[in-house]
Amino acid sequence: MAEITLVEAVTMALAHEMEQDPTVVVFGEDVGVNGGVFRATAGLQKQFGDERVIDTPLAEVMIAGMCVGMAAQGMKPVAEAQFEGFMYPMVDHLVNHAARLRHRTRGRLTCPMVVRAPWGGGIHAPEHHSDSNEATWAHFPGMRTVIPSSPSRAYGLLLAAIRDPDPVVFLEPKRIYRWQKETVEDSGEELPLDVCFVLRDGTDITLVTWGAMVKETMEAAQALAEQGISAEVIDVATVAPIDMDTIIESVEKTGRCVIVHEAPKHCGVGAEIAASLADNAIWHLKAPIKRVTGYDTVMPLYRNEMNYMPSCKRIVHAAEQVLRFE
Amino acid sequence: MASTIASFKVDYYQYLDPDGRLVEGSQIPALARDMKELVSLYRLMTLTRVFDKKAVALQRTGKLGTYASSLGHEAAHVAIGSAMREEDCFAPMYREYAAQFYRGVKMSDVLLYWGGDERGNDFSGPKHDFPWCVPIATQCLHAAGAAMAYKLYKQPRVAVTVVGDGGSSKGDFLEAINAASAWKLPLVLVIVNNQWAISVPRSKQNTAKTLAQKGIAGGLPSIQVDGNDLIAARWAMDKAVAAAREGRGASVIEMMTYRLSDHTTADDARRYRPQGEVDSAWNKEPLLRMRKYLMDQGFWDEVKEEELLDECAERVQAAVEDYQHAVSNDPQSIDSMFEYMFKNMPHHIEEQREYAKQFPAEGDH
Repeated sequence: MAEITLVEAVTMALAHEMEQDPTVVVFGEDVGVNGGVFRATAGLQKQFGDERVIDTPLAEVMIAGMCVGMAAQGMKPVAEAQFEGFMYPMVDHLVNHAARLRHRTRGRLTCPMVVRAPWGGGIHAPEHHSDSNEATWAHFPGMRTVIPSSPSRAYGLLLAAIRDPDPVVFLEPKRIYRWQKETVEDSGEELPLDVCFVLRDGTDITLVTWGAMVKETMEAAQALAEQGISAEVIDVATVAPIDMDTIIESVEKTGRCVIVHEAPKHCGVGAEIAASLADNAIWHLKAPIKRVTGYDTVMPLYRNEMNYMPSCKRIVHAAEQVLRFE
Repeated sequence: MASTIASFKVDYYQYLDPDGRLVEGSQIPALARDMKELVSLYRLMTLTRVFDKKAVALQRTGKLGTYASSLGHEAAHVAIGSAMREEDCFAPMYREYAAQFYRGVKMSDVLLYWGGDERGNDFSGPKHDFPWCVPIATQCLHAAGAAMAYKLYKQPRVAVTVVGDGGSSKGDFLEAINAASAWKLPLVLVIVNNQWAISVPRSKQNTAKTLAQKGIAGGLPSIQVDGNDLIAARWAMDKAVAAAREGRGASVIEMMTYRLSDHTTADDARRYRPQGEVDSAWNKEPLLRMRKYLMDQGFWDEVKEEELLDECAERVQAAVEDYQHAVSNDPQSIDSMFEYMFKNMPHHIEEQREYAKQFPAEGDH
């Protein structure tokens, strides 16, 4: 069993599901011969043919709209948006159609489609290639937004996303596509959606995050441990709908919470988590909830992007502020 | 030195003129001699018109929400519906009732939808047909996706979609043409050009001579027909559907018609449209010419017309009663709002459902 990266785990999950389910097709720009600009679909067209791994004309509205049509007729299209910044033309089809087809037709038609996209900053990419737009998708009722943070979770969650009977936006943290390798068995076993993963147990403070920020958050937990502070780290993974039970349970134990995300602070997913904690766990809180996030600016060009991104230092700083309250 | 490397022409077809006479000098389609079929289609056009009038009246008396009338489009819509097989897929916009009635959608389904009840979209027609599509032109891509599915499954099925003259300005329509061309999809894109996109006339969408030529730009065979001429519209549909089914790819048909009604019951076209234009359009409307033709051929008369109108009124009244029964005696529960969000209801939606049930809205709504 080989050790693989997150992006290789994506490929492995796609191949597994295409093998198992003839209705699964991969659909997007450059996904075929080229294997995707990040190589997420490398080799798939060779293995499954050009009727299963389909290079499309350059038209994101078309990609999303045709996936709605295919899904409504019993297929399971897995679209690739080349970068998260090119997903915006897809909004009409995702929001007005994919997310509400089941509801509008009282279940007569459904839309089991997935839109995958490389997502987030930190790779020195050109303009419009580095957004963290998960809150955009998380806000709309009727679809799931899922973000893996390791090779094994990428494999298990993508399988679950493809098998899910409703639409899923699957955002792949491109900064950690090749950061760590993990042994992942091609077992076909999915991981549950709508569930948080506790990555590190702790008793003094809860650090809540997802995607590439798991890297800095785990580093911060380690730095805090060196100061004698025990931090629990939660990877939210499915940011819509959010498994608040796991987060609340942790905060009931620690009484302190810092939420970390790369996206802008205003109306970010962190705001929803903080509000839910205020609603459901305020008597367990010993300190205000802090958010460590990207800023409410556009994502800067790459020379400044690391000043935008939350760092281990910023997370530790926020944790220390929260820990001052007795 | 310049040389022409591409040029195009758009053919226009009309077989039955506004006076109900067959156009001389043209090869008349066989349908023009199939009086049984024409009478049957004329009956559906008439039923649709009687239904339409009733739906507008229901809205005016507060018994129906905003309604989009199909007045004047009946020939185009009947041609579309009657050219399809049940296993084909229809992706409508929101006023192609006659096409849908032909496919088994009930009048009470239409009333339920515009009457604010999602069960209208769970209609009695083919279960794979798409529901009404309000956002404009998005249905073109859903139809293209359905066509892609049939092509990949190697099924001899065709997807048919309708867009308006306004909708033909949207990217979705053009992207559907592109996709249908690139993959040779079994798709028929019908532009029902009724000259008005709410208050914006056709001339303000663009200065192209036809809208059909947009299909040619994308590589699809494209024609224009008199959409008030059932014979021409149906002939064009038959040809396009057959080509799609036989693997010869997609086509575009621009059907020229006129929106004799307001855009919807929430609109007042008198604000922006000269009455003279509407009056002259009434002389070209589709039922008038078909009735004349059938009468001239000895297959229709005033007595039959009166009987038909009475029968339509009865059927429409029965549909209204079904609709009113459903919304009054069997309304959807508060739960239904939450039940269809996901196959498996997430916890937070379950919580919101239980909360909502404690606060049912009061009074008549």
